[in-house]
Amino acid sequence: MPAKTQPMKVLIIEDDRQAASYLKKALAEAGHAADVAHDGDDGYQMAAGGTYDALIVDRMLPKRDGLSIVSQLRTEDDRTPALILSALGEVDDRVTGLRAGGDDYLTKPYAFSELLARLEVLQRRAHNGDGDTGYRVADLELDRLSRRVTRAGQEITLQPREFRLLEYLMRNAGRVVTRTMLLEHVWDYHFDPQTNVIDVHVSRLRGKIEKGFDKPLLHTVRGAGYVIRD
Amino acid sequence: MSQVSPRRRFGAVFQTTAVRLSALYLLLFSVCAVVLVFYMTSLAAGFFMSETRQAIEQEVRSLDRIYQRGGMRGLVVAIDRRSRAPGAFVYLVADQTGRILAGNVRSLEPGVLDSHGWTPRPFSYEKFRQRAAGDRSPHAMANIFRFENGMSVLVGRDLGEPERLRVIVQRSLMFALGLMALGGFLIWFFIGRRALKRIDAMSSASAGIVAGDLSRRLPVSRANDEFDRLSGSLNTMLGRIETLNDGLREVSDSIAHDLKTPLTRLRNRAEDALRKKPGETGYRDALEDMIAEADQLIRVFNAMLQISRVEAGYTKFTPEPVDLAAVAGELAELYEPLVEDAGGHLENSVVGPLIVAGSRELVGQAVTNLLDNAIKYGLTEAGGTVVLKGRADRDEGRVELLVCDNGKGIASDDRERAVRRFERLDESRTEPGSGLGLSLVDAIMRQHGGALRLEDNGPGLCAVLSFPASG
Repeated sequence: MPAKTQPMKVLIIEDDRQAASYLKKALAEAGHAADVAHDGDDGYQMAAGGTYDALIVDRMLPKRDGLSIVSQLRTEDDRTPALILSALGEVDDRVTGLRAGGDDYLTKPYAFSELLARLEVLQRRAHNGDGDTGYRVADLELDRLSRRVTRAGQEITLQPREFRLLEYLMRNAGRVVTRTMLLEHVWDYHFDPQTNVIDVHVSRLRGKIEKGFDKPLLHTVRGAGYVIRD
Repeated sequence: MSQVSPRRRFGAVFQTTAVRLSALYLLLFSVCAVVLVFYMTSLAAGFFMSETRQAIEQEVRSLDRIYQRGGMRGLVVAIDRRSRAPGAFVYLVADQTGRILAGNVRSLEPGVLDSHGWTPRPFSYEKFRQRAAGDRSPHAMANIFRFENGMSVLVGRDLGEPERLRVIVQRSLMFALGLMALGGFLIWFFIGRRALKRIDAMSSASAGIVAGDLSRRLPVSRANDEFDRLSGSLNTMLGRIETLNDGLREVSDSIAHDLKTPLTRLRNRAEDALRKKPGETGYRDALEDMIAEADQLIRVFNAMLQISRVEAGYTKFTPEPVDLAAVAGELAELYEPLVEDAGGHLENSVVGPLIVAGSRELVGQAVTNLLDNAIKYGLTEAGGTVVLKGRADRDEGRVELLVCDNGKGIASDDRERAVRRFERLDESRTEPGSGLGLSLVDAIMRQHGGALRLEDNGPGLCAVLSFPASG
C-alpha cells in the first residue's frame, strides 16, 4: 500500500454529501487531511482563503460551477493543483476541464485508488516540477539528459518507450501510478485500458531492470497499479 | 371510430379548416358581388335619368320654338300630334283648374301639376290607349311649365325602361347568388367530407399505434397532397421510433443478461464471504474480487453510455486532423508485447500519412478495441498474425484502417449481428467481455461520419475502419 507520501491538506468541493464524506474518510486513512465545501461559492471562498496542497473539484456544483472556480483561482495566480471530477466523460469535456486550469481530470465513477494516485502525483509535480536531470531509486539511476539507465553501475539498454515508462515511474518514485496514468503519460491516450496491455510492458521493463539483481524495485500494487521504490 | 352518428359527422364537417375557409370565402364573395351589382345598377340608373332629362329638355326646346311661332294654339296642335306618335313622350296640357285639355295622359297622380319645373320624384300616371297594364301605374318624370293665363304644360318621359332594367338586374343577382351559395355549399361539403374521412383514417391508424402496435402506418393515397406528405413524414418518424424501440427492447434484454450475471456474481461473492467468515485476508480477497467485478460493470456502463450518446445524436468532440498511420504505429507498439505473449505476431504495414478529421483519442480507442478482439478471437493455438493495414481510396473518397487476423473469422451471415450491441456470437459467450466492443467501434465510426465493416480475410477477419477522406 502507498507509503512515504507527505501528508496533504486537501479541499474537497463536492455537493454530494455522501460522496464527499466517503472521500474525506478515505483520504484520512491514506494520511491526508481534508476539508469539504458543498457548493461552488463556499468552495471558492475556502480555496481562495485557505492554504491547501490540492483541490478536488466536482464539475457540476450548486451556485457556481467547478470549472469557473478553478479558472478564477488561476487568474488570481493561485496555482494549487486541482483535480476535476466529472460525470461528463467525452473527449472535449476533458479538454475544456484542463483548459480551464485543471491539472487532471477524472471521470465518475472512479476508483479511490486512482484518485489517490493522481492526487499524490499532482502534489509532487507542484513541488518539484519537471526540471530534474535524473532520478535515483536505490542503485537504479536514470539520466534524462544522456538518456542512460544504469543499475549498480551496469548499463541497461531500453527501448525509447521503456525509457519513458521508467522515467515516469521513477519521477513518481514511492507513489502508486495506475495503468490509466501510464497510458496517459507514456502513450498519451486517455482511455481505460480494458486488457492487461500495460502490464505486459511493465513486466518487460521489470525483466530488464531486475534480472540478475536480488532486490525487486518495481512493485505491483494489487487493485491499484505500480510503484517503484527501494 | 367509424360509427359516428350522421348529425355529429355533419357537425364535424363544419369544424374542419377547409369548410370554415370556404364558408368565409363564400360570404366575402357574396358581399362583394352584391355591392358591385348595386353600385353598377345605381350608376346605370343615374345615367339613364340624366339621358331622360336631356331628351325632355330637347323636346321642351322644340315645343318652345313652336310656341314662339304659332302661339298657344300651335303648341296644343303640335302636342296633340306628337302624342299619337309611337314611342311618344308624356304630354299634357291643362287649364288652371287642372282639367286636361290635350296630350296623351288620362289621369295623373294628384298634386303633380301644383308645382312647376322638374317633378321632385317620379310620379304615377295613366296613359290613353293603354289596356294591358291596368294594375300598373307607369312612372314618369317630367318638366312642367305654367303660362300667364294659368295653363300648364307637362312634358315628360316614362321611366318604365330603367325600372325594367333594375328588376332584371335584381333577379339575375339573386339567381347568381343562389347559384354561388349552392356551388360553394357543394364544393364545401365534398371537400370537407373528404378531408374529414382522411383525417378519420389517420386518427384511427394513430389510435392503433398509440395502443401499442408500432408496426402500423398512416394511410398514404396516390394523390401526393399535403395529407400524404404529412402521413409520409409521420410514417418515417414512426419507422425511426420503431427501430429505436426495437433497439431499446433488445438492449434491455441484453442488459438483463449481461449485467445481471456479473451483478449476481458480485452478490454471491459478498454473501459467500459473509457466510464463510474467512478471516482478514479472506475478506480482503473477496473485496478485491468484488471491486474488480464492479470495475468491469462500470466499464460496461461507460461503453453503453458512449454508444447511446452517439445513437441519440449527442456527441461532443471537435474534429482535428488525425494521422491514422501515426495512431497505428503507436498502438502497434503498445500491443506488440501483448500479441507476442498471446503467441501471435503483430505487423504494422500502414504507410502514412493517412489524414482524417476526427478525434485521435476515439480513433485510438476504436483500434484498441479491434486489437483486443483480434487477440481474443483471431489467434489460434498455432499462433497467428495480426496485421494493421492502411489504404486511401481517392476515387471513393475514403481512407481506411484495417485490423486483420487469420483466425477463425466470422461467417458472413453473422457479421452484421456481431456489430450489434451486447451481441456475442455463441462461440465467444464464455470469453470475458462486455459484448460492446464492436458496437462501440461502430458508434465511434459513425461519430466520424464513417463506418465499421467486417470483411473476410480468407482465413480470418478484417475489421475495416472506413473514414470519409478529409479535405
